[in-house]
Amino acid sequence: MNRALLRALATFLLAFSCLAAAQAIDPLPFKDHAQEVRFQNLTRQLRCLVCQNENLADSNADLARDLRHEVFGLMQQGKSDDAIKQYLVDRYSDFVLYDPPVKRSTWLLWFGPGLFLLFGAAVVLVTIRKRSRAARIDSRLVDNATIEQGDDW
Amino acid sequence: MTRSLPLVGFLLLVALFGFGIWWNTQHDPREVPSPLIGKSAPAFDLPLLDDPSRTASKAAMLGKPYLVNVFASWCVACGEEHPVLMAQGRTLGVPLIGYDYKDDPADAKAWLAQHGNPYDLVVADREGRTAIDFGVYGAPESFLIDAKGVIRYKHIGPFTPEVIEHKLKPLIAKLKQEAP
Repeated sequence: MNRALLRALATFLLAFSCLAAAQAIDPLPFKDHAQEVRFQNLTRQLRCLVCQNENLADSNADLARDLRHEVFGLMQQGKSDDAIKQYLVDRYSDFVLYDPPVKRSTWLLWFGPGLFLLFGAAVVLVTIRKRSRAARIDSRLVDNATIEQGDDW
Repeated sequence: MTRSLPLVGFLLLVALFGFGIWWNTQHDPREVPSPLIGKSAPAFDLPLLDDPSRTASKAAMLGKPYLVNVFASWCVACGEEHPVLMAQGRTLGVPLIGYDYKDDPADAKAWLAQHGNPYDLVVADREGRTAIDFGVYGAPESFLIDAKGVIRYKHIGPFTPEVIEHKLKPLIAKLKQEAP
Protein backbone atom coordinates (compact mmCIF):
# COMPACT_ATOMS: atom_id res chain seq x y z
CA MET A 1 0.00 0.00 0.00
CA ASN A 2 2.63 2.40 1.16
CA ARG A 3 4.93 1.43 -1.66
CA ALA A 4 2.21 1.98 -4.22
CA LEU A 5 1.60 5.41 -2.80
CA LEU A 6 5.30 6.23 -2.93
CA ARG A 7 5.52 5.06 -6.49
CA ALA A 8 2.56 7.19 -7.47
CA LEU A 9 4.14 10.19 -5.78
CA ALA A 10 7.47 9.59 -7.49
CA THR A 11 5.79 9.28 -10.88
CA PHE A 12 3.86 12.45 -10.24
CA LEU A 13 6.98 14.39 -9.23
CA LEU A 14 9.01 13.06 -12.12
CA ALA A 15 6.31 13.96 -14.60
CA PHE A 16 6.18 17.49 -13.30
CA SER A 17 9.91 18.00 -13.18
CA CYS A 18 10.08 16.98 -16.84
CA LEU A 19 7.33 19.43 -17.61
CA ALA A 20 9.23 22.23 -15.91
CA ALA A 21 12.41 21.43 -17.83
CA ALA A 22 10.52 21.29 -21.09
CA GLN A 23 9.02 24.68 -20.43
CA ALA A 24 12.37 26.26 -19.61
CA ILE A 25 13.85 25.29 -22.95
CA ASP A 26 12.07 26.72 -25.91
CA PRO A 27 12.79 24.75 -29.06
CA LEU A 28 15.08 26.45 -31.55
CA PRO A 29 15.74 25.08 -35.03
CA PHE A 30 19.38 24.07 -34.67
CA LYS A 31 21.24 22.92 -37.75
CA ASP A 32 22.84 20.00 -35.95
CA HIS A 33 23.67 18.67 -32.52
CA ALA A 34 27.08 20.39 -32.45
CA GLN A 35 25.43 23.75 -32.86
CA GLU A 36 23.00 23.00 -30.08
CA VAL A 37 25.85 22.04 -27.77
CA ARG A 38 27.67 25.24 -28.67
CA PHE A 39 24.52 27.25 -27.99
CA GLN A 40 23.97 25.61 -24.61
CA ASN A 41 27.59 26.16 -23.71
CA LEU A 42 27.51 29.81 -24.68
CA THR A 43 24.21 30.68 -22.99
CA ARG A 44 25.46 29.06 -19.79
CA GLN A 45 28.28 31.61 -19.66
CA LEU A 46 25.91 34.55 -19.97
CA ARG A 47 23.95 36.13 -17.17
CA CYS A 48 20.25 36.80 -17.28
CA LEU A 49 19.87 40.53 -16.57
CA VAL A 50 16.48 40.15 -14.92
CA CYS A 51 17.05 37.27 -12.52
CA GLN A 52 20.69 37.91 -11.96
CA ASN A 53 21.66 34.65 -10.35
CA GLU A 54 20.55 32.65 -13.34
CA ASN A 55 22.25 32.18 -16.64
CA LEU A 56 20.59 32.69 -19.99
CA ALA A 57 20.28 28.97 -20.61
CA ASP A 58 18.28 28.31 -17.44
CA SER A 59 16.30 31.46 -17.06
CA ASN A 60 12.62 31.63 -17.80
CA ALA A 61 12.48 35.41 -17.88
CA ASP A 62 11.03 37.04 -20.95
CA LEU A 63 14.19 39.00 -21.67
CA ALA A 64 16.30 35.86 -21.29
CA ARG A 65 14.20 34.19 -23.98
CA ASP A 66 14.63 37.21 -26.25
CA LEU A 67 18.37 37.17 -25.68
CA ARG A 68 18.54 33.43 -26.36
CA HIS A 69 16.85 34.09 -29.67
CA GLU A 70 19.30 36.92 -30.28
CA VAL A 71 22.25 34.63 -29.56
CA PHE A 72 20.73 31.99 -31.80
CA GLY A 73 20.24 34.53 -34.60
CA LEU A 74 23.85 35.70 -34.31
CA MET A 75 25.04 32.10 -34.46
CA GLN A 76 23.09 31.61 -37.69
CA GLN A 77 24.90 34.65 -39.07
CA GLY A 78 28.15 32.80 -38.46
CA LYS A 79 29.36 34.98 -35.58
CA SER A 80 31.97 33.49 -33.28
CA ASP A 81 31.35 32.97 -29.56
CA ASP A 82 33.61 35.90 -28.73
CA ALA A 83 31.81 38.16 -31.18
CA ILE A 84 28.46 37.21 -29.66
CA LYS A 85 29.74 37.88 -26.16
CA GLN A 86 31.10 41.23 -27.28
CA TYR A 87 27.73 42.05 -28.87
CA LEU A 88 26.05 41.56 -25.50
CA VAL A 89 28.82 43.29 -23.53
CA ASP A 90 28.43 46.35 -25.80
CA ARG A 91 24.81 46.57 -24.70
CA TYR A 92 24.78 45.25 -21.16
CA SER A 93 28.39 45.73 -19.96
CA ASP A 94 30.68 43.04 -18.52
CA PHE A 95 27.89 42.28 -16.12
CA VAL A 96 26.38 39.94 -18.66
CA LEU A 97 29.44 37.66 -18.47
CA TYR A 98 29.64 35.18 -15.63
CA ASP A 99 33.42 35.20 -15.92
CA PRO A 100 34.58 38.77 -15.39
CA PRO A 101 37.49 39.67 -17.70
CA VAL A 102 40.85 40.50 -16.13
CA LYS A 103 41.31 44.25 -16.30
CA ARG A 104 42.29 47.05 -13.99
CA SER A 105 38.89 47.38 -12.33
CA THR A 106 38.71 43.64 -11.64
CA TRP A 107 42.28 43.13 -10.41
CA LEU A 108 41.17 43.11 -6.78
CA LEU A 109 38.49 40.58 -7.61
CA TRP A 110 40.90 38.27 -9.40
CA PHE A 111 43.99 38.66 -7.26
CA GLY A 112 42.45 39.69 -3.92
CA PRO A 113 42.10 36.11 -2.67
CA GLY A 114 45.77 35.51 -3.54
CA LEU A 115 46.71 38.60 -1.54
CA PHE A 116 44.71 37.32 1.40
CA LEU A 117 46.51 33.99 1.17
CA LEU A 118 49.93 35.71 1.05
CA PHE A 119 48.98 37.87 4.03
CA GLY A 120 47.87 34.82 6.00
CA ALA A 121 51.03 32.96 5.06
CA ALA A 122 53.14 35.91 6.22
CA VAL A 123 51.34 36.00 9.57
CA VAL A 124 51.85 32.27 10.06
CA LEU A 125 55.52 32.53 9.10
CA VAL A 126 56.21 35.39 11.51
CA THR A 127 54.40 33.57 14.32
CA ILE A 128 56.33 30.35 13.78
CA ARG A 129 59.63 32.19 13.74
CA LYS A 130 58.83 34.03 16.93
CA ARG A 131 57.78 30.85 18.66
CA SER A 132 60.84 28.91 17.66
CA ARG A 133 63.05 31.78 18.78
CA ALA A 134 61.22 31.93 22.09
CA ALA A 135 61.54 28.18 22.46
CA ARG A 136 65.27 28.37 21.87
CA ILE A 137 65.70 31.08 24.50
CA ASP A 138 63.52 29.12 26.87
CA SER A 139 65.51 25.94 26.47
CA ARG A 140 68.71 27.86 27.17
CA LEU A 141 67.35 29.48 30.27
CA VAL A 142 65.24 26.80 31.74
CA ASP A 143 66.14 24.10 34.15
CA ASN A 144 62.81 23.84 35.81
CA ALA A 145 59.37 23.94 34.28
CA THR A 146 57.99 26.60 36.52
CA ILE A 147 58.62 29.50 34.20
CA GLU A 148 55.43 31.03 33.08
CA GLN A 149 55.05 30.69 29.38
CA GLY A 150 53.03 33.34 27.67
CA ASP A 151 50.44 32.16 25.27
CA ASP A 152 51.37 33.56 21.92
CA TRP A 153 47.89 33.35 20.68
CA MET B 1 51.27 42.21 19.76
CA THR B 2 50.51 38.66 18.70
CA ARG B 3 47.89 38.51 21.42
CA SER B 4 45.90 41.35 19.87
CA LEU B 5 46.23 39.94 16.37
CA PRO B 6 42.90 38.07 16.40
CA LEU B 7 41.18 41.20 17.66
CA VAL B 8 42.78 43.28 14.92
CA GLY B 9 41.73 40.69 12.34
CA PHE B 10 38.22 40.69 13.72
CA LEU B 11 37.99 44.48 13.61
CA LEU B 12 39.29 44.50 10.03
CA LEU B 13 36.59 42.04 9.05
CA VAL B 14 33.95 44.13 10.85
CA ALA B 15 35.16 47.15 8.91
CA LEU B 16 35.09 45.20 5.62
CA PHE B 17 31.59 43.83 6.13
CA GLY B 18 30.35 47.15 7.45
CA PHE B 19 31.66 48.79 4.29
CA GLY B 20 29.84 46.15 2.25
CA ILE B 21 26.55 46.88 3.99
CA TRP B 22 27.03 50.61 3.58
CA TRP B 23 27.92 50.17 -0.10
CA ASN B 24 24.79 48.16 -0.72
CA THR B 25 22.59 50.84 0.81
CA GLN B 26 24.11 53.33 -1.61
CA HIS B 27 24.06 51.12 -4.68
CA ASP B 28 21.36 48.92 -6.09
CA PRO B 29 23.12 45.62 -6.76
CA ARG B 30 20.58 44.86 -9.47
CA GLU B 31 21.55 47.97 -11.41
CA VAL B 32 23.54 47.07 -14.49
CA PRO B 33 25.87 49.91 -15.48
CA SER B 34 25.17 50.95 -19.04
CA PRO B 35 28.19 50.87 -21.34
CA LEU B 36 26.27 53.14 -23.73
CA ILE B 37 26.63 56.36 -21.76
CA GLY B 38 28.74 58.80 -23.72
CA LYS B 39 28.24 56.75 -26.87
CA SER B 40 26.02 57.38 -29.83
CA ALA B 41 22.55 56.01 -29.26
CA PRO B 42 21.71 52.95 -31.35
CA ALA B 43 19.77 53.71 -34.50
CA PHE B 44 16.07 53.12 -34.11
CA ASP B 45 13.03 53.44 -36.30
CA LEU B 46 9.91 52.56 -34.39
CA PRO B 47 6.20 52.89 -35.16
CA LEU B 48 4.16 55.40 -33.19
CA LEU B 49 1.71 53.89 -30.76
CA ASP B 50 -1.15 56.03 -31.99
CA ASP B 51 -0.45 55.62 -35.67
CA PRO B 52 1.73 52.62 -36.59
CA SER B 53 1.94 53.78 -40.19
CA ARG B 54 4.20 56.61 -39.04
CA THR B 55 7.55 56.05 -37.35
CA ALA B 56 10.02 57.98 -35.24
CA SER B 57 13.70 57.46 -35.93
CA LYS B 58 16.95 58.54 -34.41
CA ALA B 59 17.83 60.49 -37.56
CA ALA B 60 14.58 62.45 -37.37
CA MET B 61 15.14 63.27 -33.69
CA LEU B 62 18.63 64.72 -34.17
CA GLY B 63 19.09 68.42 -33.48
CA LYS B 64 17.64 68.76 -30.03
CA PRO B 65 17.97 66.84 -26.78
CA TYR B 66 15.17 64.53 -25.65
CA LEU B 67 14.34 62.10 -22.89
CA VAL B 68 13.29 58.55 -23.68
CA ASN B 69 11.26 56.84 -20.98
CA VAL B 70 10.83 53.09 -21.31
CA PHE B 71 7.49 52.01 -19.88
CA ALA B 72 4.87 49.31 -20.26
CA SER B 73 1.32 48.80 -19.12
CA TRP B 74 2.35 45.52 -17.42
CA CYS B 75 5.10 47.22 -15.43
CA VAL B 76 4.19 47.91 -11.80
CA ALA B 77 7.05 50.32 -11.11
CA CYS B 78 5.98 52.38 -14.13
CA GLY B 79 2.68 52.97 -12.35
CA GLU B 80 4.64 54.40 -9.42
CA GLU B 81 6.66 56.61 -11.71
CA HIS B 82 3.71 57.78 -13.76
CA PRO B 83 2.37 60.51 -11.43
CA VAL B 84 5.88 61.99 -11.24
CA LEU B 85 6.07 62.21 -15.00
CA MET B 86 2.56 63.61 -15.18
CA ALA B 87 3.53 66.34 -12.74
CA GLN B 88 7.02 67.12 -14.01
CA GLY B 89 7.16 65.92 -17.61
CA ARG B 90 6.16 69.27 -19.07
CA THR B 91 8.57 71.21 -16.89
CA LEU B 92 11.67 69.40 -18.13
CA GLY B 93 12.13 71.59 -21.18
CA VAL B 94 12.91 68.66 -23.48
CA PRO B 95 10.52 66.41 -25.38
CA LEU B 96 9.54 63.35 -23.38
CA ILE B 97 9.38 60.30 -25.60
CA GLY B 98 7.48 57.31 -24.29
CA TYR B 99 8.95 53.96 -25.26
CA ASP B 100 6.30 51.30 -24.94
CA TYR B 101 8.28 48.15 -24.24
CA LYS B 102 7.06 44.65 -25.12
CA ASP B 103 3.48 45.64 -24.73
CA ASP B 104 0.17 45.08 -26.43
CA PRO B 105 -0.66 48.41 -28.15
CA ALA B 106 -4.28 48.17 -27.01
CA ASP B 107 -3.19 47.68 -23.38
CA ALA B 108 -0.75 50.58 -23.63
CA LYS B 109 -3.39 52.90 -25.08
CA ALA B 110 -5.88 51.93 -22.40
CA TRP B 111 -3.22 52.46 -19.72
CA LEU B 112 -2.38 55.94 -21.02
CA ALA B 113 -6.07 56.79 -21.35
CA GLN B 114 -6.68 55.75 -17.78
CA HIS B 115 -3.66 57.32 -16.09
CA GLY B 116 -2.99 60.23 -18.42
CA ASN B 117 -0.38 60.69 -21.11
CA PRO B 118 2.71 62.67 -20.07
CA TYR B 119 4.51 61.96 -23.37
CA ASP B 120 5.02 64.18 -26.38
CA LEU B 121 5.33 61.09 -28.52
CA VAL B 122 4.99 57.39 -27.84
CA VAL B 123 6.85 54.78 -29.86
CA ALA B 124 6.04 51.09 -29.61
CA ASP B 125 8.58 48.28 -29.54
CA ARG B 126 6.40 45.24 -29.34
CA GLU B 127 9.13 42.63 -29.79
CA GLY B 128 11.72 44.47 -27.74
CA ARG B 129 14.36 44.11 -30.47
CA THR B 130 15.47 47.74 -30.45
CA ALA B 131 15.37 47.73 -26.66
CA ILE B 132 18.15 45.12 -26.69
CA ASP B 133 20.31 47.58 -28.64
CA PHE B 134 19.63 50.13 -25.91
CA GLY B 135 20.59 47.62 -23.23
CA VAL B 136 17.13 47.74 -21.70
CA TYR B 137 16.57 44.93 -19.22
CA GLY B 138 13.44 46.10 -17.50
CA ALA B 139 11.07 48.98 -17.17
CA PRO B 140 11.09 51.76 -16.30
CA GLU B 141 14.40 52.95 -17.68
CA SER B 142 15.15 56.38 -19.08
CA PHE B 143 17.75 57.73 -21.47
CA LEU B 144 18.72 61.35 -21.92
CA ILE B 145 19.94 61.83 -25.48
CA ASP B 146 21.63 65.01 -26.64
CA ALA B 147 21.24 66.95 -29.88
CA LYS B 148 23.97 64.90 -31.55
CA GLY B 149 22.26 61.64 -30.66
CA VAL B 150 24.66 60.70 -27.87
CA ILE B 151 23.28 59.03 -24.73
CA ARG B 152 24.31 61.27 -21.85
CA TYR B 153 22.52 59.74 -18.91
CA LYS B 154 20.59 56.63 -18.06
CA HIS B 155 18.29 56.23 -15.12
CA ILE B 156 17.27 52.72 -14.12
CA GLY B 157 14.04 52.35 -12.18
CA PRO B 158 11.31 54.87 -11.54
CA PHE B 159 12.05 58.58 -11.53
CA THR B 160 11.48 60.26 -8.21
CA PRO B 161 11.04 64.03 -7.74
CA GLU B 162 14.51 64.04 -6.08
CA VAL B 163 16.22 62.36 -9.02
CA ILE B 164 14.53 64.73 -11.46
CA GLU B 165 15.49 67.77 -9.40
CA HIS B 166 19.07 66.86 -8.53
CA LYS B 167 20.23 64.77 -11.47
CA LEU B 168 18.03 65.16 -14.50
CA LYS B 169 17.34 68.86 -14.51
CA PRO B 170 20.98 69.96 -14.06
CA LEU B 171 21.97 67.64 -16.91
CA ILE B 172 19.24 69.01 -19.16
CA ALA B 173 20.37 72.54 -18.34
CA LYS B 174 23.88 71.57 -19.36
CA LEU B 175 22.70 70.05 -22.64
CA LYS B 176 20.72 73.17 -23.43
CA GLN B 177 23.81 75.27 -22.93
CA GLU B 178 25.72 73.09 -25.35
CA ALA B 179 23.04 73.27 -28.03
CA PRO B 180 20.56 76.05 -27.49
